[in-house]
Amino acid sequence: MSLSVDDLAGLSIAAARDGLRRKSFSAAELAEASIAGMEAAKRLNAIVLATPESARASAKAADSRLASGNARPLEGIPLAIKDLFCTKGVRTTAASKILDGFVPTYESTVTQNLWNAGATLLGKANLDEFAMGSSNETSCFGPVISPWSLERDNPRHVPGGSSGGSAAAVAAGFALGATGTDTGGSIRQPAALTGIVGMKPTYGRCSRWGIVAFASSLDQAGPMTRSVRDAAILLNAMAGFDPKDSTSVDTPVPDYEAALTGDVRGLRIGIPKEYRVDNMPAEVETLWRQGIDWLKAAGAEIRDVTLPHTKYALPAYYIVAPAEASSNLARYDGVRYGLRVPGDGLIDMYENSRTEGFGAEVKRRIMIGTYVLSAGYYDAYYIKAQQLRTLIARDFETAFGNVDAILTPTAPSAAFRIGDKADDPVAMYLNDVFTVPVNLAGLPGISVPAGLSAEGLPLGLQLIGKAFDEATVLRVADVVERAAGFKARPAPWWRA
Amino acid sequence: MSLDKATVAKIARLARLKAPAQLLEPMTGELNTILKFVEQLSEIDTKGVPPMTSVVAMNLRMRADAVTDSPGAEDILANAPERAEDFFVVPKVVE
Repeated sequence: MSLSVDDLAGLSIAAARDGLRRKSFSAAELAEASIAGMEAAKRLNAIVLATPESARASAKAADSRLASGNARPLEGIPLAIKDLFCTKGVRTTAASKILDGFVPTYESTVTQNLWNAGATLLGKANLDEFAMGSSNETSCFGPVISPWSLERDNPRHVPGGSSGGSAAAVAAGFALGATGTDTGGSIRQPAALTGIVGMKPTYGRCSRWGIVAFASSLDQAGPMTRSVRDAAILLNAMAGFDPKDSTSVDTPVPDYEAALTGDVRGLRIGIPKEYRVDNMPAEVETLWRQGIDWLKAAGAEIRDVTLPHTKYALPAYYIVAPAEASSNLARYDGVRYGLRVPGDGLIDMYENSRTEGFGAEVKRRIMIGTYVLSAGYYDAYYIKAQQLRTLIARDFETAFGNVDAILTPTAPSAAFRIGDKADDPVAMYLNDVFTVPVNLAGLPGISVPAGLSAEGLPLGLQLIGKAFDEATVLRVADVVERAAGFKARPAPWWRA
Repeated sequence: MSLDKATVAKIARLARLKAPAQLLEPMTGELNTILKFVEQLSEIDTKGVPPMTSVVAMNLRMRADAVTDSPGAEDILANAPERAEDFFVVPKVVE
């Protein structure tokens, strides 16, 4: 049986895995359908570098393993990889002009783990430049268009960001799954805006080695998929101790798929009253209440919790993240790799290369970061922000004394339109108001598609767990997903 | 506190970015908007609160003091904008 692009759009990783093992279709057929779907979706601008040849070659190898009965967990599963993960011999840009033409001579640990599990590379996914953005509009390759945005919507809707290409590739149905990275919400917010599942694991769960660094104390890789089960399957392959990342934590990785028991009876779910913002649409509030009812009906116990420092998470984040970014991005100097723009002497060459190579939002954050770390301001800004971070982490710690997981909306609204927030950095930052506290505290969080807005755009619910307790987060998310029964898929207008 | 154009020009210099005169005005405005936003933090008394130094409770690991192989000059120089033999080439830095 051959697999059509439409069949593929309805397939989960779990179903593809079973189909391959039952010989309902081959890995080669799966790869061809993915490649055809990817090529037909160019209008979305989700993929910045397609790798059909490597997908075909890996599929061939996968088929021989499947035939000989020694298939690995992700054998023959084609994935989109955010173009922030270094891939050996395959151009990696971070969607920045400053890395144009950069071809890594090494493979990131997370992608290597995926290949070792049998997955194959379909293409590198678009993102906000250096993962700095919440709409995928800051990419040097141009914005990604949400598959949910219809022809009549002008301007089109954003897929969220920064992992907007990964989200669009999964939502459009041509990638079975994708990797993302999440520094302040960059997996969960685009997942919510495109009706897919996105998980940020605990800081230290997935290795950061070989991922282009943005803010090292916040960055974490995670899966973006069509179901909670698929997120569990991908995370199992991605996670694990890596001696090459000094913040990677050496602790066993449980079987996440086995954690999906469908049973949340007796689990205590916290509802933080601070997770409301001015002008939050009533439909977001309604969906949140719906989520509470679903978990109550499934036998969970609902408890009110308080996270009093929530409103300070975003301002603290916009000190810590730019500070770390300004330091991390100091390496782009036009000497060892990436763009070089000649100048009058060494300093002038640095300045020309960086000025031409970085986009406006990246420069803005480097400037803020440089300022808050500069002599005389370090204590007032950076230390103050790190103190707030301690208070935010303590809020969660106190709450988790009484509950097993916390339920909130993922984002304060459904997808907005391209250009809507582009002129107001702070309005853009507010998109991450419910996701940023989780990064500051290093905790695991997941977004589950739970409903549609009045306009017909997806909305997500977020579950937050204790450090290294991804298993409980996934278990509760699975129950929310079953109760929500979110089956909506965007009509494939982009193939026209 | 609010930044003036001269301070913004100085930050740009520290960050090795060029801030042409016609861009200084809008950049100053944008940076001040962001700084005003983050200054909400001053509402909270953080006296005696330790700044976060480790995201999850962990100690940095020690590793064996053993030789690890470098990938070799070819790998390291593979993406060099300009090279000569096994060196990166930069504009002249000494007179």
